Order: sequence, then structure tokens, then C-alpha cells
Amino acid sequence: METVVKRLGMWALVLMASIAAIALTPDSGFAIHMGIVGLVAVILIVATATSYDPLAKAQSIFRMPPGAGRYDDDVIRWGVIATMFWGIAGLLVGVVIAAQLAFPQLNLEPYLNFGRLRPLHTSAVIFAFGGNALLATSFYVVQRTCRTTLALPGTARFVFWGYQLFIVLAATGYLLGITQSKEYAEPEWYVDLWLTVVWLAYLAVFVGTILNRREPHIYVANWFYLAFIITIAMLHVVNNLALPVSFLGAKSYSAFSGVQDALTQWWYGHNAVGFFLTAGFLAMMYYFVPKQANRPVYSYRLSIIHFWSLIFLYIWAGPHHLHYTALPDWAQTLGMVFSVMLWMPSWGGMINGLMTLNGAWDKVRTDPIIRMMVLALAFYGMSTFEGPLMSIKAVNSLSHYTDWTIGHVHSGALGWNGMITFACVYYLVPRLWNRERLYSLRMINWHFWLATLGIVFYASSMWVAGITQGLMWREYGADGYLVNSFVDTVAALHPMYILRAVGGLMYLSGAIIMAYNIAMTIAGRLREEAPMGETAHDETADRPLPVPAIAQPAE
Amino acid sequence: MTAYTALRHFADSYGLAMICALYLTLCLWHFRPGARAHVADAKHSIFRDDDHDEQ
Repeated sequence: METVVKRLGMWALVLMASIAAIALTPDSGFAIHMGIVGLVAVILIVATATSYDPLAKAQSIFRMPPGAGRYDDDVIRWGVIATMFWGIAGLLVGVVIAAQLAFPQLNLEPYLNFGRLRPLHTSAVIFAFGGNALLATSFYVVQRTCRTTLALPGTARFVFWGYQLFIVLAATGYLLGITQSKEYAEPEWYVDLWLTVVWLAYLAVFVGTILNRREPHIYVANWFYLAFIITIAMLHVVNNLALPVSFLGAKSYSAFSGVQDALTQWWYGHNAVGFFLTAGFLAMMYYFVPKQANRPVYSYRLSIIHFWSLIFLYIWAGPHHLHYTALPDWAQTLGMVFSVMLWMPSWGGMINGLMTLNGAWDKVRTDPIIRMMVLALAFYGMSTFEGPLMSIKAVNSLSHYTDWTIGHVHSGALGWNGMITFACVYYLVPRLWNRERLYSLRMINWHFWLATLGIVFYASSMWVAGITQGLMWREYGADGYLVNSFVDTVAALHPMYILRAVGGLMYLSGAIIMAYNIAMTIAGRLREEAPMGETAHDETADRPLPVPAIAQPAE
Repeated sequence: MTAYTALRHFADSYGLAMICALYLTLCLWHFRPGARAHVADAKHSIFRDDDHDEQ
């Protein structure tokens, strides 16, 4: 009882502080954000005071088997559902902004224009979809490989809900125009502080579980997860060092200025790719690909070399985002050289993942989840080849600021991150909800092909658009003047922008099919369908021809 | 000599050598004699709860 009163008092204090902030701030966006915080406090007060348990209710809705496993999987189930929800939301916003670029009339001022929806899309797919996938899979993998339940189970729940609050504050902030204008680090100072708290709690749960492990060795997937968590904490804190104008307002100013600020931002920005979208997802690869293929990873030593090479090389590659700028030349060259060196470990990792299927390649034909994993690894290889290529200064002078960059990012994000996440969710859902199998394997096939074709449309149209743009921007006439104005390039790219929107729509359709499949699996339904990869066998036809009757001579 | 120059010279001499040595140690540690059994054990550890392990 005493703890209930203490908790009620704490939430009431949060509520009063948020009301005070709403009353005192001159900033309407900040007031709305404090309103969201106050609303969360009210929900917690109601939940504590009436001992109404919304989680028990959710458990009955999703019919989660209570105590099905020894492992603490509740947070993982929520994380899988959140991954699906934010994935669909983020991809939908992506299709909307692709359509806005092709048809500018779709910009609805001021809240739904391209400038505000674009960070909503990037954050929704990277941090909401990818982040929830990393949260869920890391908690799943660390428990299985350490053979122990999550350390600090209460903190694990706080991490999940705290992260969702971060996503809601960030997403609403973009629409309200609250941004510190740093790519992938748009949320303002108070949201950044909240994420720091949540992230340190995440680190505590993860490290605590590893310390409680019942296995002598820490499996390599956990190394990648741990590198991801620690590095993101460091990047987030340093890049977001800023001084708020007022404690009752959203606006802040960066602690760095000029080229130092740019370098810090791209040190952050490139390592967000390197440690969030690469190391974290490689951790998924090193656990789920061997598990689904039922074969151990091709070379464990190669995976260790892969790990240390990524750690030692990636952190230096950021300056390649600032070629031909005020950044000192040696720093640009350093970024380029390290990016080119990164090609080796990346391909080592891809080969390690693909060769895990050595001797089981027939599974690519019969198992649609393995097929998705193979495609993800192929795209990991392709985009980690394209990236070093584009970081070479001569290539970058053509590719930078053009749609080629957008194409490169999406071949990595849709092909590698998207596909490996989908494969992991397909792997996890029947196990987490204790189902015999997925609702439908054939629907994974539909998802696979829609997504693959969507990526092909997206990447190829953006390559054409990017090279067109790059060549048109640098074209000089005989008199030494530029031939094309900027609007000429915009007109030239229009068909490519429409093709890109079509590709995005196909990828979204695949994800919607997946959401239906996952929902039906959770509901416990099984689709009646012909099993995959079985060759028809007619037992009755499996006979020699009857012995012919002895021929009678004609009379 | 400014602090920048001092740090810069340290970074591209002893610092670089130390980082390279650390990198090589961490990678080659798993190739030391006697590591083979540990590596093989770690490689198969994720299948220990299954019946499908092909050790």
C-alpha cells in the first residue's frame, strides 16, 4: 500500500510539473509535448490507483500463453507487435513523401509538407521499426544464448515503454516543426535527455543479463548487440550536446559550430548506419540465420574478425559525408580510405552468412524465410560494395547531393535491414505465441516477391535519377556556362520519381500482407494451403507397365 | 607545440601502433594454439538446446 501511495505521489508530481510547463511556456509545440507527458502520467495514476492492469488485458487480447517458456518473453512480444506497427507507419509515410516529390500538390501545409514528413519517415523506419526490432531480438537472443532470464525485468519493461514514448515525442515533434536540424538526430534536447535515460536502462538490462549468463562463452551475436548499444549511447550523447534557450521551450543550440558541428554530426550520422543499422542487424544475422538454416555459422573465427574489423574501421568513415567542403582535406581522405577498407570485413561477413547455407542450399527453394535471409545478405553485400565506391572522392563528386545516395540508402535499408527484420519476425512469431507454424508460408512468398520487385524499382530508378542529376549539374557549354538550370533536372527526373513511388508502394503492400499473416498467426489460425517445396508423388502410378500378353500369330 | 599538434603526432605514431597491435591481438587471439576447441564449442552453443546439432 505504501509503495502504491509513493508511486501515485511520483506520477502526480510529473503531472503537476507538466501542467506547470504547459502554463508557463510560450512555445506551443513544447506545450503539446508536455501535454503528452501529462497524459502518460494520468494513465499511470489511473493504472496504479485502480490496480487496473492494462497489460493483463493486452495478454488476453493477444492470447499470450502465460508461462509458456522459461524465458521472459513479454517484452519481446510487445516489441514484435510494435515493430510491425511502426514498420507499416514508416513505410506508409515513405510512400506519401515519394508521391509528394512526384506530385508537389500533395504537400499539405504546414504540418504535412515534405520537410516535416521526411524526418518522420526516416525516424519511423530507422528508430521505431528498426529500433523495436533490435530491442525485441536482442532480448530474445541474449536470453537464449546466455540461458538465463532477463536481468532487471522491471527495467526491461520500462525500456520498452520509455522507447515508445521517445518515438511518439519525436514523431509529433517533427510534425509540429520541432527539430534541431541534424539528420537522424532531429529530436530536441528534452527528448534527447529522455532517450539517454532509456538507453542507459537498456544497457543495464543487457549487460546484467550477460553477467548472469549460465554459458561460459558469450556468443558473437551478443558482441554485436553490445557494440551497438554502447556506441549508440556514445554517439547520441556527444552529437546532441546542446544548450537549451530556456528550460520551458523546445529550442536549443549545438555546443559545436561550423565545420566541427558538421564533422560531429556525420561522425554520428555515419556510425548510426554503422552501429545501429549494421552491427545490430548483423547480430540478428549471426543468431537467426544459423537457427533457421539449422546449421552453425560457417566460420566462427571469421565472425570474430568481422566484428573487430567493423569496430576498428567504421568509426573513422564519417568524413566521407563531407567531401569537397570546409573539412580539412586530410580528414576527407581519411574518411574515404577507411570506407574503402570497410569493404573487406563487410564482404567477409556476407560470405560468412551465405556460406552458413553450404550444403543446405535447397532450403532457398523450400523455405521462404531462408530465402529472405539470403536476399538480405545479398543486399548487405551490394550496398557495402556501393558505399565504399561512392565514398571515393572522384565518384562522390558525381554522386553527392543526388538521388544516387537515396538509392544506395534504400538498397541497404529495404534490402538488408528490412528483409532480415521480416525474416526474424517470421521466425519469432510462431515461437513466441506457441503456434505450430505461421498462418501461411505462401503469403511469405508473396511478401518476398513484392518486396524484391519494389526494391528493384526503387534502386534502379534512383540510380538513373542520380546519375542524370549529377551529369546535368556538371554539364558546361562551349561558352563556359552551366547548360542546365536546377528546374531542368527536376523536370527530367519526374518519370523516375513516379517509378520510385511505385516501388515503394510494392514494398509497402508486401509489408501489409506480412502484417495480416502475423495477425492471423497470433490469432492462432492456420491457412489451408499446399505445403511449400514438396514434389508431387503419385504412389499408384509408380508401377512398371503390365507384362504384355503373349502375342498371338495372326491367322 | 600546441596541444593539437602534440595529440596529432601521438595519434599518427604511438597511438596508431597501439591500436593496430590491439586489433591484431583481438583477432589473432582466437587462432592461438588451443583455441580450436573453444571456438568449435562457441559455434555450436546456440544449438545446445535442440536435437538437431551436428557436432
